[in-house]
Amino acid sequence: MNTPANLKYSKSHEWVKMTGENTAEIGLTDFAQDSMGDIVFVELPEVGDAVTAGESFGNLESVKAVSDVFSPVTGVVTEINEELLDNPALINESCYDAWMIRVGEITETENLLTGDEYDASCQEEA
Amino acid sequence: MKLLFERSTVGHKSELLPCCSTPAYELPADLLRAEAPALPQLAEIEVERHYTELAKQTFGVNDGFYPLGSCTMKYNPSINEDMAALPGFTKLHPLQPESTVQGALEAMYTATELLQEITGMDAMTLQPSAGAHGEYTGLLLIRAYHQSRGDTARTKIIVPDSAHGTNPASAVMAGFSVVNIPSDEKGCVDLDGLRKAVGPDTAGLMLTNPNTVGIFDPNILEITKIVHEAGGLCYYDGANLNAVMGMARPGDMGFDCIHLNLHKTFSTPHGGGGPGSGPVGCKAHLAQFLPTPVVVKTEEGYHLHAPEASLGRMRSLYGNFLVVIRALTYVLSLGKEGIPAASQGAVLNANYLMKKLADLGYDMAYPGFCMHEFVMDIGKLKKETGASAMEIAKRLLDYGMHPPTMYFPLIVHEALMVEPTETESKETLDAAAEVYGKILAEAKEDGQRLHDAPFNTPIGRPDEVGAARQPILRWTPAE
Repeated sequence: MNTPANLKYSKSHEWVKMTGENTAEIGLTDFAQDSMGDIVFVELPEVGDAVTAGESFGNLESVKAVSDVFSPVTGVVTEINEELLDNPALINESCYDAWMIRVGEITETENLLTGDEYDASCQEEA
Repeated sequence: MKLLFERSTVGHKSELLPCCSTPAYELPADLLRAEAPALPQLAEIEVERHYTELAKQTFGVNDGFYPLGSCTMKYNPSINEDMAALPGFTKLHPLQPESTVQGALEAMYTATELLQEITGMDAMTLQPSAGAHGEYTGLLLIRAYHQSRGDTARTKIIVPDSAHGTNPASAVMAGFSVVNIPSDEKGCVDLDGLRKAVGPDTAGLMLTNPNTVGIFDPNILEITKIVHEAGGLCYYDGANLNAVMGMARPGDMGFDCIHLNLHKTFSTPHGGGGPGSGPVGCKAHLAQFLPTPVVVKTEEGYHLHAPEASLGRMRSLYGNFLVVIRALTYVLSLGKEGIPAASQGAVLNANYLMKKLADLGYDMAYPGFCMHEFVMDIGKLKKETGASAMEIAKRLLDYGMHPPTMYFPLIVHEALMVEPTETESKETLDAAAEVYGKILAEAKEDGQRLHDAPFNTPIGRPDEVGAARQPILRWTPAE
């Protein structure tokens, strides 16, 4: 399993890259994309939508099931990765490049895990 | 295989249609096509061969073992078909005067009476077309109930994380928002989680019992009490009724309404489009909201009646009437002794097969006794050999056996969910266990090889991503 050390992780399998003091990029972890299997549809919020830490901001449909994706931060969506809407397989191919949303005006962040902590939490789940 | 269009040869034709008995009418020229549509041209025998070839590629419970978890693929007795083919049922017009269809109305009335007795409900509609349509109907009853009391702040439906995906979907369709509550380590409702989730905004709870991992919730009475004390109603998803029919009644567990899947529990055809039938039963306090019409019995005979605060119609006319006739036949054939015996058989068969597969080395997600179905966890095998639940399922096809339900419930990541039903013999279960044993040995020997299974079926692994993203839904003629 690939868990880059420079990112932070949520228990619900999203990665967070802090790109500034109150801006971040959010995507899906390798563990999650592998468990989900081939992803066929991605539903993302719109730019300007508010996201809340611990609440769903979109969903992913794989050949197995539809799953919510949860925001690890509270803030406002500044950009969405539109490329994923046409080519969801990018998440399977390279999940740490295939960010889903960029968030600004972050006011709150969940207690996030380090790479090692996240690996340990996945071991428990698997 | 080729489509009818691809089998077409110019000049071939069949005399399948009778001569037209009404005079031809010449359409105005501006409404006419410039050229004839590209319809296939085939002789009758070519059409027959096409459909026979299609039929040979299908797999139903009449072909072999079909333990598709949560789907209750029991045998559909042929007496059901005999009864549903009686001209007194098939040659009716749905708008005939009531006095001329008393027998059909009596059949509907008797079906509701018997199904109410089995479920512990006071009233019922036969209108919903299948399970999810029944869920939607039941939720509208719950909404109508709260609204009739001016209790309009109740906007949330509580659904456990092990629920069928249709539950949250139906709740949203009915205008509610969904509160998900986690299961405990046994796959049952976490009571503390439920207590925290209920409140003045709770419209109701949707639950199936036994749940999707095949466990009867030991706290069921406490669960329905917590919801009722918070002012909510309890909805029973009848998906798993085959485990308890004639043994325990949802009405006695504290549920206010319920849907049944006649096509599952009551042995009517499904899996190929059915049609299904999803009657909704309710307690007396919801009866006034039922869809219209319901059949009532009076001294003068049977009548179609509109409940006073009815939701209206959930679909045209009376539901899938001939499916109800099949289910009624099933209930009357089994009788008071046969109905509980069927459930006991379903539970016994599931436990027998579960024990055999556990002994072979398959991991069970929730070891111990199960009800009518059980869930295997292929996670460890996948880690050790690379063979996932998908590989086991695909390889089963090579042995002429339908795979179990895969990747459901979602709380078990590599789930295979097995529901043998009561209509399989010990010999069938033994033969199935033998195949599962062979496949486990193959996985341990070379898990990667199973990634190419099935090897002996008309097609191998379909392109699921392509089918989801770029489905070809109709034939188009070559340019």
